[in-house]
Amino acid sequence: MKKKSKNKDVKIDVHYLTRVEGHGDITVDVKEGVIKDCRFKVIESARFFETMLCGRLIYEAQHLTSRICGICSCGHSLASIKAAEDAIGVRPHDDTILLRKLLLFSEQMDSHVLHAFILVAPDLLGVGSIFPLVKTHRSVIEMALRMKKLSDFAGEVLAGRHTHPISFVIGGLTKMPDLDRLKNLYAMMIEARSDFDKTLKLFKKLEFPSFERKAQYVALSNDQEYAFYDGHINVNGASLIEAQNYLSIIKEEVRDYSSAKFVSVNNAPYMVGALARFNLNGDQLNKTARAAAKYLGLNRPCYNTFMNTVAQVVEWGHCLEESILILKRILKEGLNDKNVLVTPFPRREEWPIRTRPGRGVGAVEVPRGILFHDYTVSDNGVVTQANCIIPTNQNINNLEADMRKIVPEIIDKQSEKEMTLTLEMLARAYDPCISCSTHVLDVRFV
Amino acid sequence: MPKSKPRVAFFEFTDCEGCQLQVANLGLSLLELTKVVDIVNFREIMSEQGKNYDVLVVEGSISSKHDEERLRAIAAKAKVIVALGACATTGGVNNLKNLKSLEEQKKSVYGNVIDPVPDALPTRAIDEIVKVDYYIHGCPIYGPEFLKVMECILLGKPYKVPQYPVCVECKQNENICVYEKGLFCLGPVTRAGCNSWLPNYGNVCVGCRGLIDNPAANAQKDILEKYGLTVDEILEKFSLYCAGKKDRAKYEKEIKK
Repeated sequence: MKKKSKNKDVKIDVHYLTRVEGHGDITVDVKEGVIKDCRFKVIESARFFETMLCGRLIYEAQHLTSRICGICSCGHSLASIKAAEDAIGVRPHDDTILLRKLLLFSEQMDSHVLHAFILVAPDLLGVGSIFPLVKTHRSVIEMALRMKKLSDFAGEVLAGRHTHPISFVIGGLTKMPDLDRLKNLYAMMIEARSDFDKTLKLFKKLEFPSFERKAQYVALSNDQEYAFYDGHINVNGASLIEAQNYLSIIKEEVRDYSSAKFVSVNNAPYMVGALARFNLNGDQLNKTARAAAKYLGLNRPCYNTFMNTVAQVVEWGHCLEESILILKRILKEGLNDKNVLVTPFPRREEWPIRTRPGRGVGAVEVPRGILFHDYTVSDNGVVTQANCIIPTNQNINNLEADMRKIVPEIIDKQSEKEMTLTLEMLARAYDPCISCSTHVLDVRFV
Repeated sequence: MPKSKPRVAFFEFTDCEGCQLQVANLGLSLLELTKVVDIVNFREIMSEQGKNYDVLVVEGSISSKHDEERLRAIAAKAKVIVALGACATTGGVNNLKNLKSLEEQKKSVYGNVIDPVPDALPTRAIDEIVKVDYYIHGCPIYGPEFLKVMECILLGKPYKVPQYPVCVECKQNENICVYEKGLFCLGPVTRAGCNSWLPNYGNVCVGCRGLIDNPAANAQKDILEKYGLTVDEILEKFSLYCAGKKDRAKYEKEIKK
């Protein structure tokens, strides 16, 4: 029997995908039922961050690289600081690491709320943005803003601000967080538990498109906890590789239609982010998050990309409870200034004595997945080589693979307009951060 | 301004979108603002796209031919143009790219075979291409200043960017002087308006709001004298945000002469 799609021509051209961070285009070209072209083009102008970094003092790296992205600037800061510390041989105190984890949790929560409520929910409720929802779903929007405010406040208390954090630098913090404000934060987090319950009820009612494609999944993993701050690179649950050796498995290629590079593992696309973390490390989620996943019907392994948003909601609950535990500990035991406080620009004679040749890698799980910063530093503290691999870049290859699978599945069922929306939603499910992705720049400066 | 609600559109170019995020983060204040203005375009958070607008808010710097053409086209429709954040007002950290050869950087990033960014250009601030009516400096912007500027726009009056140095705010905040800690700080020569954000949190001012007009004359002299510094010496230490055309010109003409 001749299928209808045999003759169908479809041409989709979404210029400047909305409700994502940065500029990207979706193009699909189907001629007589055959896919000729199926692409996600990153058209953000290249920013050359890594070349800008070369020649600068390593103590400026955090400031500069946090400017790669306004949404995940804490994640970039921490990957940058870890890479720098690895390169020049600095060991932060456990108290500093505790505060870094707290900052990282607050950024996951901030970004996940932004994505789930403000960027994705309008699709599921059939509107173009949150603004119409202010009238129809006022209490939901107010709750989302309250949840966002919580992370903003956390960023402010911990680092001075969430976008481009101020006090988190190599070796520690330039200012201790104020204890009274940490108490306020703790109280706000306890209150936020009820918002999480309401969020679960809301997302239980929302229907995500059904789709399945078993991808490769990559995330950091460690024995102690659901990994965000530290771990080995877990590939499909089959192998664990030291973060320092990321280049042995992650390959990059340049394509002429995109200013972002395409990344692969085992010569194939792979997915990073909340769903990848959930699939690989879901058994290490805390009780609250495990119950939330069960309630929302998110089971491991999950091969539906659209469920990435649900995994983000689950992680929000995880990060909330983990933050509460850390804050409880800090408020009970206190923090010792001596362990944490450092100067942002130490004098030459105070620089650490390097224990290894000056290359360092920092890997951190940021909201959209695993992020690598890799610096080589000269004896006089100047960056000579830099490389960053950003989650969105790692995902673009996988998004295109998803698009190639979903287009034939929907071509007979949906109008061109409906198909466009489905593909937009698919792209948005990855929560792409396109400003970030144009900085996947491998630099070799001589 | 027309009597009806002014329509506001946000557009962004080369940047991190962190300044628009500061606007989105105004949360309830932003919802309040929508009572007096209509936000018709804000791609980061909305799909609806209005074709007409009165106030154009531009974030990011211009770094390709395509950017330049797009900016001219969207600016032609606006009555008022606002530059939002350091990338738009001065070029921001993107200026650092201009210190090196663009061709060399492309080769080191993408290799010799493929050039996926054939129309890349050196970084420019918005006002190097179109006339700007309101400047909101900073990396990122300071939320309260955004609301202040919006208020001025609604009242149809100009907004005066502070022309005194960050030191003034830093002293009001009773911070220990950064120089007292043996560190260099651009506070004495940088425009105020951020409430001395970085020194408040133990870091140093890196000049993200750009240099004050006439730094040679208007710098925080008592600080410089106390620590035996010249404006020249401070600027030598930092170039993160001072590599832009305007700041470079100020530096070269007024200080180096």
